[in-house]
Amino acid sequence: MARMLLLLLSASMLSFFLITASPMNAVDAFLNEVNVSEEQRARIEAEWDLNKPPVERYVLWAGKVLQGDLGQSITYSRPVSQVLNERFKASLLLMGTAWVLSGVLGLALGILGAVYKNSLLDRIIRTLSLVLASTPTFWVGLVMLVLFAVELRWFPLGLAIPIGRVASEATLTERLHHLALPALTLSIAGVANIALHTRQKLVDVMESEYVLFARARGEKLGQIVMRHGLRNIALPAVTLQCASVSELFGGSVLAERVFSYPGLGNTAVEAGLHADAPLLMGIAMFSVLFVFAGNLAANVIYGIVDPKIKEGGDNYA
Amino acid sequence: MNDEKEALLDVRNLRVSFESYDARLEKVAFTAISDLGVMVNRGEILAVVGSSGSGKSLLAHAVMGILPENARTGGEMYYRGKPLTVREKARLRGREIAFIPQSVAFLDPLMRVGEQVRGVPGDSLRTKQREAFAHFDLKNETEKLYPFQLSGGMARRVLLSTAYVVDAELIIADEPTPGLDLELALEALKDFRAMADRGKGVILITHDIDLALHVADTISIFYDGRVVETADTDAFGGDGSGLRHPYSRALFGALPQNGFRLDRCPECDGSSATWIVDGKAMRCCCGDARG
Amino acid sequence: MPEVVHAGLSRPWLNRRRRILLVIGLGSLLLAGIFIGGMLLDPELYGPNYSARRMAPCPDHLFGTDYLGRDMFWRSIAGLSLSIRIGLLSAAISSLIALILGSMSAIFGGKVDSAVNYLVDLCMGVPHLILLILISIAMGGGARGVVTGVAVTHWPNLTRLIRAEVMQIRSAHYVQLSRKMGKSSLYIAVRHIVPHVFPQYAVGLILLFPHAILHEAGITFLGYGLPLDTPAMGIILSESMKYLAAGMWWLSFFPGAALVLTTQLFDLVGDYLKILIDPHSARE
Repeated sequence: MARMLLLLLSASMLSFFLITASPMNAVDAFLNEVNVSEEQRARIEAEWDLNKPPVERYVLWAGKVLQGDLGQSITYSRPVSQVLNERFKASLLLMGTAWVLSGVLGLALGILGAVYKNSLLDRIIRTLSLVLASTPTFWVGLVMLVLFAVELRWFPLGLAIPIGRVASEATLTERLHHLALPALTLSIAGVANIALHTRQKLVDVMESEYVLFARARGEKLGQIVMRHGLRNIALPAVTLQCASVSELFGGSVLAERVFSYPGLGNTAVEAGLHADAPLLMGIAMFSVLFVFAGNLAANVIYGIVDPKIKEGGDNYA
Repeated sequence: MNDEKEALLDVRNLRVSFESYDARLEKVAFTAISDLGVMVNRGEILAVVGSSGSGKSLLAHAVMGILPENARTGGEMYYRGKPLTVREKARLRGREIAFIPQSVAFLDPLMRVGEQVRGVPGDSLRTKQREAFAHFDLKNETEKLYPFQLSGGMARRVLLSTAYVVDAELIIADEPTPGLDLELALEALKDFRAMADRGKGVILITHDIDLALHVADTISIFYDGRVVETADTDAFGGDGSGLRHPYSRALFGALPQNGFRLDRCPECDGSSATWIVDGKAMRCCCGDARG
Repeated sequence: MPEVVHAGLSRPWLNRRRRILLVIGLGSLLLAGIFIGGMLLDPELYGPNYSARRMAPCPDHLFGTDYLGRDMFWRSIAGLSLSIRIGLLSAAISSLIALILGSMSAIFGGKVDSAVNYLVDLCMGVPHLILLILISIAMGGGARGVVTGVAVTHWPNLTRLIRAEVMQIRSAHYVQLSRKMGKSSLYIAVRHIVPHVFPQYAVGLILLFPHAILHEAGITFLGYGLPLDTPAMGIILSESMKYLAAGMWWLSFFPGAALVLTTQLFDLVGDYLKILIDPHSARE
């Protein structure tokens, strides 16, 4: 726990110093080639604390964060917390859907592949997964866009809600309609990875000594998978799911870009391009927290489910 | 019972080989068992004695029908007079023919042992499971434990329960007393004697010939893929002249109670422990044949 | 005794080992071809050609042309070459960092090990792409930023691998025996550790390339990194987005497919090399 906090702190310092080390001038990006006098420039810089040394700026920033103030976004001229709040919901929907989809589908395909090992089905699953696991998310997104949005016109071209609609008026169906392609795109790389790993874990289980004994006791294939297979891949599967959060965040940045989906990913890209330090810090911190939450969840679940930890060491009845 | 001597299992000319890829990625076939023949009668304990890693465990797997996919088999097997086909094996394993593995590693680490002993039938076998535990002196609470919580002795008894619970006719035990000294091992093996006395057939696969001598009725000596000799335990008494194959005699002579005797080759002085053994004789690698 | 078995259908000459070598050879050749070819290409081939604008794929232009008449096939080859170059450079740097940190971590243990583990956790705690964006910004964009970014985000996994390998060997009996026999640390390092670790390192390095290439494409796609007129895969693909609605689907499909095929090829060569170097790890 203490280690996690230390890492969190270090991550924030790292991000901060990377951003402030940037030769990109935030003021220039903000002004966007509008000409201002030296005086006005100096005033803007002072307001954003840009003329203070990095360490001091970090301390100032950290202090404010602990009080709940994430600063003001340069790009959107609104409090960072507000921007994050808006975009976060859209991102959560996208990432959440992709997370569940890739988890469920990946698990199913992995199990099928392992149970029917070396069959045609298994080879198809394996090959497809291998290819898709290293296919760039943004290309998949583009192909989806071309096929389903442009050619077939089944889905919209992007955004989260129809153009011209106000957020509060958009129906659930419309939101889901816009969510479909990005979510699908994002899940694809996830499904491939999870399927491959699940398959391998289940293969290991099926080749274990206890499964051999189960077979010797007359248990049939289906029974073995249900009784022994599932429970022995459950923990690794959970770990995998929780670890996939990191990749998911990265993927969402790309997917949101392709579909112009207004989530945190897209916002991060914009913030970076405009040297919007406060917003970028906010998003960076958020992403780190996200990943940590995933790891923490995995640890907690392990503690609850793993009998070795639950029952604690050896104790003979 | 008038068929006390019913032959439960009759294995003839069993051959087990495996196909795999070697380091140069060529397909090779490795023969683990080239010619194995054993017979087990009701009420008998047959010990199959061979050195560690000689492939004798594979006999158990072959009879149960649980060899890996890349295994190729030959020979014939009969159970109670009828041919033991793949289908029959599937029907009989875990029911009439039971396998008792070596250690706790053969139990699902995430399932409580009671549940595992009850197996697929589950709750319907709960009474039988409790009966089995009681028979083997295991407390009722043991059924709620996980494999990692069992001591060596408890694990052994839990594994024995799996055969008791289905009341198997033929029991094949693979190294049931690993690493135990003679006294403790004999205690542990009393259960198998009890099973045999109740009319079951037991195959004991072990590397400990001394153990076999104390417990078994018949001993098959397994070396380099083949059964070199099968003899009643009595033949291993006296001066060993009841044994026919030179390897068995050499093995007998090398026992502690017979003075650890190891002949040497008259030509090159090579220890007989390094001689080549085939179906009929033993000879030193320097070429000199010794009967 | 083991007998060599030939399955009925395979021709003895083209046995498994030869097939693997063939795949590795051809694959490497193809990749080298793209890599070198792209560098040596005449810029005219993928430059603007106003007489052949917006053409769908046809025999003259396999991947079609874009709004400036640039032949997408040659543009993709140039882009792939660039991506491979950047990927190679960053992967090499990354693997070097991994080798050094991993070995030091395993050999010196204690505080050094804790420090390295801490760094690994730190880098893995931030999602790759976010870290890439941050580093790219810190370096002011451009190729330097991309190379540094990709190099810095890819060393953790390989470091863990190397650390585990070196630790395993060091505690192996034959190494401890060597030490007790009085062999110097250098001797042990060269005779025992290096031959064991190097194959894993080489395979790890090759399998790192596709990741590096994909991340480079990703970050340039987002707009960080290289200037907009460089024929880089990410830029080609991000540009193609503007013309999707206009129906010029070939602008995104083919270059992306080429990228996928190239990375697959790297993965293939890497996997087959793995089989060759460490046959026991591959069971198929």
